[in-house]
Amino acid sequence: MSEFTLWDIVYNLLLAARWTVLLSLTAFVLGGLVGLLLLMVRTAGNPWVVRLVRAYVELFQGTPLLMQLFIVFFGLPLIGLDVSPWVAATLGLTLFTSAFLTEIWRGCVESVGKGQWEASASLGMNFTQQMRYIVLPQALRIAIPPTVGFSVQVVKGTAVASIIGFVELTKAGTMITNATYAPFTVYGCVAVMYFLICYPLSLFARHLEGKFRNVAR
Amino acid sequence: MSLVELHAIHKSFGALEVLKGIDLAIDEGQVIALIGKSGSGKSTLLRTINGLEVIDDGVIMVDGKKISERDTDLLALRLQVGMVFQQFNLFPHYTALENVMLSPQVVKKQSKAEARAIAEEMLTKVGLADKMMHYPDQLSGGQQQRVAIARALAMKPKVLLCDEVTSALDPELVNEVLAVVRQLAEEGMTLVMVTHEMRFAREVCDKLVFMHQGRIHETGDPEEVFSNPKTPELSSFVGGLA
Repeated sequence: MSEFTLWDIVYNLLLAARWTVLLSLTAFVLGGLVGLLLLMVRTAGNPWVVRLVRAYVELFQGTPLLMQLFIVFFGLPLIGLDVSPWVAATLGLTLFTSAFLTEIWRGCVESVGKGQWEASASLGMNFTQQMRYIVLPQALRIAIPPTVGFSVQVVKGTAVASIIGFVELTKAGTMITNATYAPFTVYGCVAVMYFLICYPLSLFARHLEGKFRNVAR
Repeated sequence: MSLVELHAIHKSFGALEVLKGIDLAIDEGQVIALIGKSGSGKSTLLRTINGLEVIDDGVIMVDGKKISERDTDLLALRLQVGMVFQQFNLFPHYTALENVMLSPQVVKKQSKAEARAIAEEMLTKVGLADKMMHYPDQLSGGQQQRVAIARALAMKPKVLLCDEVTSALDPELVNEVLAVVRQLAEEGMTLVMVTHEMRFAREVCDKLVFMHQGRIHETGDPEEVFSNPKTPELSSFVGGLA
């Protein structure tokens, strides 16, 4: 049996960490797009659409991410759609992310006062123009800290994808532990890597906060 | 034909009927003051004229054209009817100049140069040529309100609605805003204002509309109405202010 050096462990974890980063990015971008769309239709205010979006948000906020992944991964094959762990993880995390971002952003949009809507309406702007020029720029500044904060949750949420066999950082950690019998070392390294991904995100959030305060008012 | 005509306007908030059948005609160049106690419906009436409050019943005609609740009608209406608010409602993330330029560019699709020229003209008119690059939070209340007036004027409305435009201002800042409104009135702008500045209303307005409990209770020439109120309600309202 060959010996595993610490470098072997770290090197293999780093390879797997690429998938964690890629899955996080994909889920965050897709979730953000879906979330923005849901935010727009919700804010536009058709009562039935509002109810539907609220139900969507509550469904995904009120159930564990793990169950959502199981349902996507095991449920879709039942209706004849075979999905790979990658597709299932992406889809599950996108649904999860979009629900949370919609809710976070809704709060930010609502914090922009009624007077801003009325003033822009009085100037003849339609809904899209109001959103684009008046409401979203103001909501964006407020939204940055919680949004980047949530992106950290997405990164950590990708660990759940290990359960359906997607080889990312946590799954790789488990596999290496099974070969090395050194769980403390391996999971210690795994934790450090998650931290190295998440900590810069927090720093970035703080940087953006300062920047927006100075420039955009 | 009047520029704006309101016929039998009814409006309720839930069970509370705020406007109980309002008829009002606003002629071009006329300056009208809406006065009355708070809760009399004067602000709500003003807000129905540009569709910020949707009426339950009645007809609004602007320039001879009936306004329906369709979005396109509302947008067309708002191109003709500008509004200035008690709380200014400037866009805090834009400079004074950008606040005024935005709508001509975005709504009227004017070029940046055109919009800028109009914005500079309007800001100069309200006496803020030297404050164009300032953000709202760098301006006093009176200056903010003047930017708001310039912003409404840049859209070249036919009517300007003013909703208690000096009520949120410190007393020493009231006059600079009233001076701008007076200047507009003298230039022939059609103005409808809800105001508590009775002396100003008396001096500047052509017509006074006294609202009481959701109805137009008394209306007429300001001098006449103030010196010789016909109803006890107006009499006590005017008396209570003196």
